[in-house]
Amino acid sequence: MGLTGKCAVVTGASRGIGRAIALELASQGAKIVVNYSGSAQHAQNVVEEIQAHGGQAIAVQANVADTDSVQQLMKTAMDTFGSIDILVNNAGITRDNLLMRMKDDEWDDVINTNLKGVFLCTKAVTRQMMKQRAGRIINISSIVGVAGNAGQANYVAAKAGVIGLTKTTAQELASRNILVNAVAPGFITTEMTDGLPADLKDAMLKQIPLAKLGQPEDVAKAVAFFASNNANYITGQTLHIDGGMVMV
Amino acid sequence: MSTVIERVSKVIIDRLGVDESEVKAEASFRDDLGADSLDVVELVMELEDEFDMEISDEDAEKIATVGDAISYIEKKIS
Repeated sequence: MGLTGKCAVVTGASRGIGRAIALELASQGAKIVVNYSGSAQHAQNVVEEIQAHGGQAIAVQANVADTDSVQQLMKTAMDTFGSIDILVNNAGITRDNLLMRMKDDEWDDVINTNLKGVFLCTKAVTRQMMKQRAGRIINISSIVGVAGNAGQANYVAAKAGVIGLTKTTAQELASRNILVNAVAPGFITTEMTDGLPADLKDAMLKQIPLAKLGQPEDVAKAVAFFASNNANYITGQTLHIDGGMVMV
Repeated sequence: MSTVIERVSKVIIDRLGVDESEVKAEASFRDDLGADSLDVVELVMELEDEFDMEISDEDAEKIATVGDAISYIEKKIS
């Protein structure tokens, strides 16, 4: 299997896209650190599912927006598996509101988790990856970070920031064989999108050339590709996984 | 037991691939020894490992020459 023996840290891996990524990387042989913030039971379920298929995984609670918490997460990963070969920055939240009504804390919470969290986790693994002279960092952005989305100023700003951060990190670390890429999912079926009103969903479907929602597994497969040796000559890129919604 | 100077010199020679004769106290990592900014970060990381100590980012930014590194470490372990 392509990722046998590699250790992957996946943030926000208890549910949704993060869960699918953890399961996909595990199915290719990687040992998984299932990071979660609040959903201990869901994280444990992911660990057990990986173990049931003969894989290795642990669940580790950490708040990606907190420096000490992130340090502890990466230390636990190192102590348990002895290396960090793949980091998937997936943890994210939404606090949607119109710009005019958006409160400071709604802005700050989303920027702190979705953007600062990527910075902190990346910074915390680079030391180890530089020593290894190898590493893969895959950031989960969003198609709205490319195209914008009314009602999500905070989320869009964070996700667009992640794309810029991806490019800069890729440039800084390329000489150490650390490859950094992003994926930008479109409309994917998760708990986050299940809560949207039906008329909004219909309107979004009309904008998708493939005329259907994506599945978390569609994103997970692309992440696994970036983590694999099939992507040895790709860095600093953002891959849209959106059924053709945004073509630029 | 090697001296601090010998141990620091060895780390620098291994990391930067320079000749022993170039490693003088006044030699600047970036200007004289061909290190880029990332090399200096790595060098500090390896010195931390070699001497089993933590060098803060603020302190690390002040280490520009071979002499800076040696005097910093000598002060820290004494």
